[in-house]
Amino acid sequence: MKNIRLLLAAAAAVAVSMPSCKMKSTAAAVEGGAASKVYVAPGKYDEFYNFVSGGFNGQVSVYGLPSGRLLKIIPVFSVFPENGYGYSEETKAMLNTTQGQVPWDDQHHLELSQTNGEQDGRWLFANANNTPRVARIDLKTFKTAEILQLPNSAGNHSSPFITENTEYVVAGTRFSVPLGAEDVPISSFKKNFKSTASFIKVDSSTGHMSLAFQIVLPGMNLDLSHAGKGPSHDWFFFSSYNTEQAYTLLEVNASQKDKDYIVAVNWKKAEEYAKAGKGKKVPAEYAHNTFDEQKQLATSVMEKETLLLDPKDCPDMVYMIPCPKSPHGCDIDPTGEYIVGSGKLAALIPVFSFSKIMDAMQKKDFEGDFQGIPILKYQDVLHGEVQKPGLGPLHTEFDGRGNAYTSMFLSSEVVKWSLKDLKVLDRVPTYYSVGHLMIPGGDTKKPNGKYLVAYNKITKDRYLPTGPELAQSAQLYDISGDKMQLILDYPTVGEPHYGQACPAELIRDKQVKFYDITKNGNQYVTMGEKNVKVVRNGNRVDVYMTAIRSHLVPDNIEGVYVGDNVYFHVTNLEQDWDIPHGFAIKNNPNAELLIMPGETVTLKYTPLKQGIQPFYCTDFCSALHQEMSGYLRVSPKGSNVPLRYGTGETAPAPTAADTVAAK
Amino acid sequence: MKHSHSLAAIIIGSLLIYSCGSGPKTDSASGNAQATQAADSSMVAGGKDASSQASADEKKGTGKFTDVKLTHPLDQAMVTSGKAVYDLKCGACHKLTGEKLVGPGWKGVTDRRSPEWIMNFVTNTDEMLDKNAAAQSMLEVCMVRMPNQHLSDDDARHVLEFMRSNDNKN
Ligand SMILES: [Cu+2]
Repeated sequence: MKNIRLLLAAAAAVAVSMPSCKMKSTAAAVEGGAASKVYVAPGKYDEFYNFVSGGFNGQVSVYGLPSGRLLKIIPVFSVFPENGYGYSEETKAMLNTTQGQVPWDDQHHLELSQTNGEQDGRWLFANANNTPRVARIDLKTFKTAEILQLPNSAGNHSSPFITENTEYVVAGTRFSVPLGAEDVPISSFKKNFKSTASFIKVDSSTGHMSLAFQIVLPGMNLDLSHAGKGPSHDWFFFSSYNTEQAYTLLEVNASQKDKDYIVAVNWKKAEEYAKAGKGKKVPAEYAHNTFDEQKQLATSVMEKETLLLDPKDCPDMVYMIPCPKSPHGCDIDPTGEYIVGSGKLAALIPVFSFSKIMDAMQKKDFEGDFQGIPILKYQDVLHGEVQKPGLGPLHTEFDGRGNAYTSMFLSSEVVKWSLKDLKVLDRVPTYYSVGHLMIPGGDTKKPNGKYLVAYNKITKDRYLPTGPELAQSAQLYDISGDKMQLILDYPTVGEPHYGQACPAELIRDKQVKFYDITKNGNQYVTMGEKNVKVVRNGNRVDVYMTAIRSHLVPDNIEGVYVGDNVYFHVTNLEQDWDIPHGFAIKNNPNAELLIMPGETVTLKYTPLKQGIQPFYCTDFCSALHQEMSGYLRVSPKGSNVPLRYGTGETAPAPTAADTVAAK
Repeated sequence: MKHSHSLAAIIIGSLLIYSCGSGPKTDSASGNAQATQAADSSMVAGGKDASSQASADEKKGTGKFTDVKLTHPLDQAMVTSGKAVYDLKCGACHKLTGEKLVGPGWKGVTDRRSPEWIMNFVTNTDEMLDKNAAAQSMLEVCMVRMPNQHLSDDDARHVLEFMRSNDNKN
């Protein structure tokens, strides 16, 4: 006990010595049976799925809460050698863009689909910040089902936030860019650069996404966004910075003005304007990639056109709300009445009232306009300000009990305050430099106010050191009582930006456990070992292969030459949960495959040199897993080794020529 | 021989422990007891204690099939359908001769096992492998747990008919 105290005291001392952390000791933070609150006994399930953005690794990771156990990594915008995502012939097209395959991205935010403002457990949307894209992940399979590229956009940061019934997913641009592909000087920013807010329509039954329209806004940086709910259902709110319209040394030049804006967009009106033909159709190329579950194949379509809506032609569609100072988060409380804009350089948190905003709009009481867009008066629409909440307010979520929780980047803490009277109620330290925070359902109409997770940028001294780079961290707080209590911290994969979490039962029981092989619609499926074959067509060789515990058929293949394009179409014949097979072949400058039960996946291999190339199953599948292997003989180009293949008694038998060669 | 036998027992033991987590219906506490039981190869179905209740269960196995009515002559439509299921889901591991591949050859299976046992085994594979002594002793021979291939009840019946046809039953 004494040792533990000493340890905690030491940790606290380190924490206090951190330059920007004026906080309580860690000892105080972890008292009170924290371990038992996060202990999920072996064999028991977690209470929540927590989906966390992977930041610069381009993926999404799934943790259980409250244990903090990593359950799964879902590849979305980055190739993933673990299962061949982006490498297999079936999934390559998922990463297609107008610039060819872009096999990496920077994944920042996530949003679970909603019905009537509540999570429905159907899909998870993810944004790609770098090469603007929005993905939809199917939560029955935890696979990326669709990726839509966005034209006229750069730095797809305020994305992928959704409306109450998942009518739209939005994508607001962080970098303003010229529309189209004109070659203009950077210094012509004010004249030529625009920011766009893209509205992606989501088909309510299939989830299929399509770019409905883009609203063209003055050149500035859209940062984050959230849709209204309840009374504010028709509205979308985007925070902005750099309304100075600077294009160099932004850290100084984009912090000149005392206030930037929250951009309020009436998406219902925008939808009407779009239907009424008020928009302008312009040429725009962007890729739309979908994974067909039946055919088990991703295909890419290059779209040709986009619809631009100019606020000048669409009255009452867009308004500006002044917000101090370089606002970052833009969060709407569960009732839909309060809009919290966090000025990341401000020493207060402004809270706006939706009903006051509506009044001001009706009275047309504006303080001017920003390039033609009316600006509401700050004092008219303000519900109030949270005074001295901490330094660097970034993001706010809600517990459904009238409380808001705001992350404070500079002072490394989470601050709980009351929406009603804007009084600070509690504060807890984070370790360190918290970005987003998340309450399960905390941006919906019905938050589950039990836990809060803080996603931190820096973890110095929290874990065993691992060289210059340390894992980022998530910290779990129990917020069920009056006082927040830190109960766990755990390292994360990539840099976690935002996360979403929902009760496990919303998703758990809908999981696909295996694919029915009789419904396998892959064009290269092999329905049973009787149907395996190897077919040569010019220098293309198609291997129709099967995998089952514990052999591959065929496991002897001859008559393949250097430079051939060999396609291994591997069908997993298993019909049981959690029995994937892998497939890897020596010297393949590609990846492996991981083939789910009942699925067919294709790996391309172009041998560069002659030789025997062993192949094997990479996923430990049975006691005889090591035996699950075979050989491909690659002969010199131009030799006349005949195409032969088989397993067991059908494996190629020695010929006279072989015997001679062996001698 | 003695040496390899005890090695086999260790492998089986670890196999069973490994397998216990995968079947949701499985009682994980029984892993060790089963391992001991499995190593005792005297406990095969149709053994000497055929009169006791335990052996009756042993003969029919555990699962939803307690009384399978056979038809004579064979139902040829079932045989055809059963063969199709065999080709897609079973043929990878079971030969139609008596020769063992991954799993045992099918020749004579309808003499060795009751219709109920066969249908319970193909539809309730995990539980059978964990509880049924005959299934366990086959596991000791084959070293690979039979995959649950999720055959429907009809599929299982058709496969049984195809097995009967393979055994020249009528
Ligand atoms: Cu395998």
